[in-house]
Amino acid sequence: MMAEMAQEPRKEVTLRVFRGVGNDPSSHRYDTFTVPHEDGMVVLNAIHYIQSHFDSSLSARWNCKAGRCGSCSAEINEVPRLMCKTPVDKFEGEITVEPMRAFPLVRDLATDVSDNWAVGMSIPPFTPRTGLKEPWTIKQEDVERSREMRKCIECFLCQDVCHVVREHKADYIGPRWVVKAASLDMHPLDGINRSDFLKDQAGLGYCNITKCCQEICPEHIIITDDAIIPEKERVVDRHYDPLVWAYRKLRGSK
Amino acid sequence: MWSKESPVKNIPKDDSSYETITCDVLIVGAGGAGMRAAIASFDGGADTLIVCKTLLGKAHTVMAEGGIAASLGNIDPNDSWEVHFSDTIVEGQSISNWKTAYIYAKEVVDRVYELEQYGALFDRTDDGKIMQRPFGAHTYRRLCYIGDRTGLELIRTLEDQVLKRKIPFMDEVEITALFKDATGRACAALAIKNRTGELLLIQFKAIILATGGCGKVYEVTSNSYESTGDGLSLAYRAGADLMDMEMMQFHPTGMIYPAGVRGLLVTEAVRGEGGILTNVKGERFMERYDPKRKELSARDIVARSIYTEIIEGRGTANGAVYLDITKRGPEYIKKKLPSMYYQFLEFAGVDITKQKMEVAPTVHYHMGGVRADPETAGTNVPGFYAAGEVACGLHGANRLGGNSLGDILVFGRRAGIAAARFAKENSMGRAAGQDIEGEVKRILAPFDSPNGTNPFALKERIAATMWKHVGIVRNEKDLRAGLADIDVIAEDAKRVEAKGPRIYNESWVASIQVWNMVLECRAIITSALERTESRGAHTRSDYPAKDDAHWLANIITRDDGGKMVHEVVPVQKPPPEVAALIKE
Repeated sequence: MMAEMAQEPRKEVTLRVFRGVGNDPSSHRYDTFTVPHEDGMVVLNAIHYIQSHFDSSLSARWNCKAGRCGSCSAEINEVPRLMCKTPVDKFEGEITVEPMRAFPLVRDLATDVSDNWAVGMSIPPFTPRTGLKEPWTIKQEDVERSREMRKCIECFLCQDVCHVVREHKADYIGPRWVVKAASLDMHPLDGINRSDFLKDQAGLGYCNITKCCQEICPEHIIITDDAIIPEKERVVDRHYDPLVWAYRKLRGSK
Repeated sequence: MWSKESPVKNIPKDDSSYETITCDVLIVGAGGAGMRAAIASFDGGADTLIVCKTLLGKAHTVMAEGGIAASLGNIDPNDSWEVHFSDTIVEGQSISNWKTAYIYAKEVVDRVYELEQYGALFDRTDDGKIMQRPFGAHTYRRLCYIGDRTGLELIRTLEDQVLKRKIPFMDEVEITALFKDATGRACAALAIKNRTGELLLIQFKAIILATGGCGKVYEVTSNSYESTGDGLSLAYRAGADLMDMEMMQFHPTGMIYPAGVRGLLVTEAVRGEGGILTNVKGERFMERYDPKRKELSARDIVARSIYTEIIEGRGTANGAVYLDITKRGPEYIKKKLPSMYYQFLEFAGVDITKQKMEVAPTVHYHMGGVRADPETAGTNVPGFYAAGEVACGLHGANRLGGNSLGDILVFGRRAGIAAARFAKENSMGRAAGQDIEGEVKRILAPFDSPNGTNPFALKERIAATMWKHVGIVRNEKDLRAGLADIDVIAEDAKRVEAKGPRIYNESWVASIQVWNMVLECRAIITSALERTESRGAHTRSDYPAKDDAHWLANIITRDDGGKMVHEVVPVQKPPPEVAALIKE
C-alpha cells in the first residue's frame, strides 16, 4: 500500500473538510487544512492533527482507531469509508472528508445514526430451539457458516451507500440489518424463521441487488451474495414454492 | 423507518439549565461489564438506565481478541476452578483479593455457557464442545474464543440481550460528576448529552460504574479513545477508595509500525497458537528469561523481557522484536487469527502468513481501580458499585490474559443484582442544590476561557509524559519528574478552552477528560512512588526485588479534604482450606 506512492516522498497532505451544524444550512462549508505527512498515516490521524494544532472545534466521532469499532465512518472522496482505515497515500492531491449522507447531520463529520437501534430492535432475536441438551453441542463447520455475518462492526457504511436507504423511499431496513437477520438465521441452534419479517416488515424486496454495500464493507462481508440473496431465496421458497407451502401446512414447521 | 430530522438544538454556550430524569439503577458504561450489569439489574426488577460516552456497541470490549478464561476442561480434563483460582492469585503476585478471585474462578464457567445461550457462537472442538486455547501463565488450555474477535461477539451478544429487553439507554453521554445526599449515599449524576450539548441530571437509587480503564493516559496504548478513566475520577471525587493505581499492565506485543497504529494490540493468541519471539540476532530470547514457559510466560515477564532486549540493543531498527507465526501456514492463520491477518496487511503492508511481525510492549490494562467488594461489587460509598476494568480486586499486580472478559461477566452480573436489590430497599436520595450548581459552573468554564489551552494538545502532553517517566521500568527520579510535568499540565489545564457551539463539542468533553486524566496520573505516580519494591507490572529499577515482608499489601488512594492521601493495607489472608489450593 505504502509502496504505491509517487516518486517524491510526500511532505504534507491537504484535506478539505465539511463543516457545519445540522439544522443550519447557512453554516455548511468546507475548510481546507494542510498537515504534515507521516508514514502509514490514515485520514483519522490527519483529523486529529487538525484538532490539536489548528482547530479544536472540529467534530468527528471515533473510538478504537483500529478498524474494530466502526465509529469513524465518513465519506472520503465521495466513497463511504472508515477514516481510521483509509491511508492518505491512497489518493493523490486534496482529500475531501464529508459526513455520511444517509443520516441526519449533527455537526461537522458527526451524524445521528440512532435510528439504527429501533430498526435493530424490530428483528426477531436469537431464539434457541427448545429441548436442547446442555451444554450445547455444535459443529465447527456450522459455526463458520455464520461467522462471516458476525464480523459486522456496525459502521453503517453499507446503510450509507445503499441508495434505497439513502433516498428514504421505502421502508427497507438496509444491508446491515439484513446481515444481522442472516447471522441469526445461520445460528445452528436458532429455532425461528425470519422470512415473514424480512418480507412483510423489513422491505427486503426493495433491494435490487446493485451490490454497492458489499463493495464498501470494511470487514469484507459479501453482503449481497452471502446474506441478501440467500434471504431473498428463503422468502421465495417459503412463500411461493407450493411444495414447501403444503409441507409446512402439514408439519406445522417453520 | 429512517428519519431525516437533525437532532440539533441551539443552546447558548452559557446555558446552565438541565433536565432532570430518574431511574432505580444508573449504569455508566456499556462495555461488557455495563451491559451484563444492566441485564442483571433489569431482570432483578429495577428500572434500569444505561448511559455510555460513545455509541452503543463501540465500547473498548470490542477490541478484546483472545478469549474468556474459564475452566470448562473441554481440552484438558484436569482443569478445574481450583487451578484457575490458583493461577490467578499466583500470577497476580499475591495481592489480589482472594475472595474476588475465588468467586471469579468458580462462576466464570457458568457465565461462558450463559453467553452461549444468549447467542454467542464459540469455536468448537471435534466433538462439538466449546474449544479452548492456551494462553500465557494459564496451567491448562482455558480460553474460550471466537477466532480473534471474542470481544466483538461478546459485546454484540450482550447488546442483543439489552435491545431484546428494551432496556433504555442513552449513548454519547458523558457523566461529569456524582453527587451524594446528606447521609453520604450516591444519589445523582450530572451529564452532558453530547449529540445536543444539553445538560442532564440523573437521579438514581443505585449506580454502577462500568467505565473501563485509563490506558489513554499513555502515548503507546492498545486502548480506545474512551479509555480516559473518567470513572476513576468520578469515584475519587465522590469519596470512593481507589486501589493499586500503580498497577498498569504493559501488554508484551503491540504494533510498532507505522506510526499511526503504534501501540495497537497484537493478540496473545498469536503466541497461544505457536508464535515465536526472536531478537534481531535471531535468538529465541524467551528461552533465557523463562525457559519453561517461554513465549507463554506471564505478561509482565514477557513485556519486561522484550523491553530488555530492545534497551540492550538487540531490537530492530524500529525499536521492536520479531513475532513469527508463519510456520502455521496461511490457511490456519487466516482461520484462527483473521483480524491479525488483516490488521497487518491493511495497516502495515505486512503479510503475517509469510513475514514476521515487529512488536513492542504497549499499555493495555489497568489492574488498579475502584476498590470493590467481592460479593456485591459495592464500594465504600453506599449505593455505589463498580465492575470491570474500572474496579480493582481480581487481578493483583498482573492480569492473566482472558481474565478480563470473564471479570466483566461475573462482576457485571453481581453488581447488577446487588444494585437492583439496593434500589428495592432504599428510597431516592436528594443532591444538594449547591453541589449541582457548583458542578455546572465547573464544566461550563471551558466555554469562557478565551485563548485558552487546547485540550487535544494537553492530552498528548499527558500521554507523552506518562510514557516517558512512568513506563514499564520506573525509578524515583523519573516518577518525580513525571509528577512535576503533570503539575505543570494541571496548571495549563485550568484554562482549557472549548471551541465551537455546545452541540457535539469534542473539545468540551475533552477538556473535562483532561481534568480527569490529570487526577488519575497523580494517583498512578504517587502510588508508584509509594510502592518501594518490584511486583508484577510495577518494576522499580531502584527497588528491583519483590519485598513480601512489607508489600503483601494494597495501596489505597483517597481524597482527604481536598488532599490526595494513601493508605497501605495488608492483603487479607485466605482461610487455610482456600490457602491450600494456591500452588506457587
